[in-house]
Amino acid sequence: MIVFEKPHALADVPFHYCPGCTHGIVHRLVAEVIDELGVEGTTVGVAPVGCAVFAYNYFNCDMIEAAHGRAPAVATGVKRANPDLTVFTYQGDGDLAAIGTAETVHVGARGENITIIFINNAIYGMTGGQMAPTTLLGQVTTTSPYGRDKNLQGNPIRVCEMMATLDGTAYAERVAVDCVKNVNNAKKAIRKAFQMQQERRGLSIVEVLSSCPTNWGLSPEKALEWLRANMMEHYPLGVYKDITKEGTN
Amino acid sequence: MGEKLLMKGNEALAEAAIRAGCKLFFGYPITPQTELAEYMAKQLPKRDGLCLQAESEVSAINMIYGAAASGARCITSTSSPGVSLMSEGISYIIGSDLPCVLVNVQRGGPGLGGIQPAQSDYNQAVRGLGHGDQHVIVLAPASVQEMASLTGEAFDLADLYRMPCMILADGALGQMMEPVDFEARTPRQLPPKDWATNGHRGARRHTVVNSLYIEPEVLERTVVDRFARYAQIEENEVQYEQFLTEDADVVVVSYGITARIAKTAVRMAREKGMKVGLFRPITLWPFPNKELKELARTAKAFLSVEMNMGQMLGDVKLAIDCARPVTHYGRTGGMIPTPEEILAQIEHISMEGKGE
Repeated sequence: MIVFEKPHALADVPFHYCPGCTHGIVHRLVAEVIDELGVEGTTVGVAPVGCAVFAYNYFNCDMIEAAHGRAPAVATGVKRANPDLTVFTYQGDGDLAAIGTAETVHVGARGENITIIFINNAIYGMTGGQMAPTTLLGQVTTTSPYGRDKNLQGNPIRVCEMMATLDGTAYAERVAVDCVKNVNNAKKAIRKAFQMQQERRGLSIVEVLSSCPTNWGLSPEKALEWLRANMMEHYPLGVYKDITKEGTN
Repeated sequence: MGEKLLMKGNEALAEAAIRAGCKLFFGYPITPQTELAEYMAKQLPKRDGLCLQAESEVSAINMIYGAAASGARCITSTSSPGVSLMSEGISYIIGSDLPCVLVNVQRGGPGLGGIQPAQSDYNQAVRGLGHGDQHVIVLAPASVQEMASLTGEAFDLADLYRMPCMILADGALGQMMEPVDFEARTPRQLPPKDWATNGHRGARRHTVVNSLYIEPEVLERTVVDRFARYAQIEENEVQYEQFLTEDADVVVVSYGITARIAKTAVRMAREKGMKVGLFRPITLWPFPNKELKELARTAKAFLSVEMNMGQMLGDVKLAIDCARPVTHYGRTGGMIPTPEEILAQIEHISMEGKGE
């Protein structure tokens, strides 16, 4: 009896991610959801610029590699040309909340029927540990070597809270993948986001608090501890908007 | 021949795009191309299509990237400052070998410049629409009729060679009204879009649209392959018009709206007994190098006329290997040259020629 196997939507190739990085977990969750909903053949994914730039190598659905920050606009083009496709973007914090802020806000405003998987690890990974729009105050990065100072570098952006204010956003939830319980919950959120898209309810976004042991300078285990102790305080987990339920937002 | 309709250039271009099977327009308002977007906004919803106003030219070109990637015919239009904003996306579209049609209804620059007609984006269009080794097919209409017929051609060329095709117009062509016949052109035979990301449906291997190649050997190979395709285009797709060039001592080289004015100047010069002709490139890339070089065997001098400070001038000199003197005459900043101004230049060149 097979008790554990690779999702079909996940390509059978080794990831390039650093040890302890949580991208791999999130890739797998997305692929599991694609399998469970049976939509691999009708899904198009849009990869970002950042650590997940090679995401197009890791999924067996059709994939597009977008310019830095432009994935929501590219996804809009795909979806508007082919409304019956399931379209998702997979973006990091620099891609989504710095260079691509306008594209992100406006898919929310328009209520594009796409799903955004947003990886927030509070740092630029691919370029080697620079400050992200979600870097916490006081957090040391290579471009905030004395700690992020709000008077110099401004404040970290809470993306789910911001996106929840937009009328076209149907679903916004922040999750984490630091423990089994949270991984299971993250999968539920991603599944719900894809379902909201299938029901044409508007934009769905799942923010995943992630760790970057390499650029945080911590072991994988310590990195998850740091995430729980610091990121979850500034970025509380939870549902920020769900138009199918009352009492959120 | 079909019926003739009286239309503005911008609207004729939009109508031609819809008739070419383009159902998707993404753009951002900017003068002097706005009628094009407005026509699309009015017509496309009634004709099984969609017109979406993006939050910026940056987003508009990326919507085009997505729609083109998924196999749809799509078009965006803008004016000079908007092209600068689109330049990032255009490079990605080129690097991913995607077909689409881009329209630049040029205005004066640099910077915010002005809103009157100009041709000062020539160099940007033929040399620098995006970063990296690249070309885009650039078509320069000179009438409302060509705004329409070159648009159908642009979609076919884009699909045939899997690359963007730009219509380089200007504010005058966009705004002026002339009769147009939409049936003046026969569509080409085109290959299937088996590379599109539109869902594999379990029937094929999944497709990837991408311009990233980490291995330099692989990137070099893709660029060299693309340039082999460019060489075919240079061989097969050059378009131009010649007017009274056969016996001409002076050949005026001019494109777009300026070529219309230059043609009047050439007629005036002929009435005065001067042997003058007009050579009008219709494709600015690929540039009609061979044909101009051929003319240099008989012509004594060339006059390049554009609404800029002399951008095509260099291409004319290169085409004829500087075998004959080439001078430039142009107005810029939104100013349009008059036939009399061009005639004065022709007369000046003719006099100099006689003095030799």
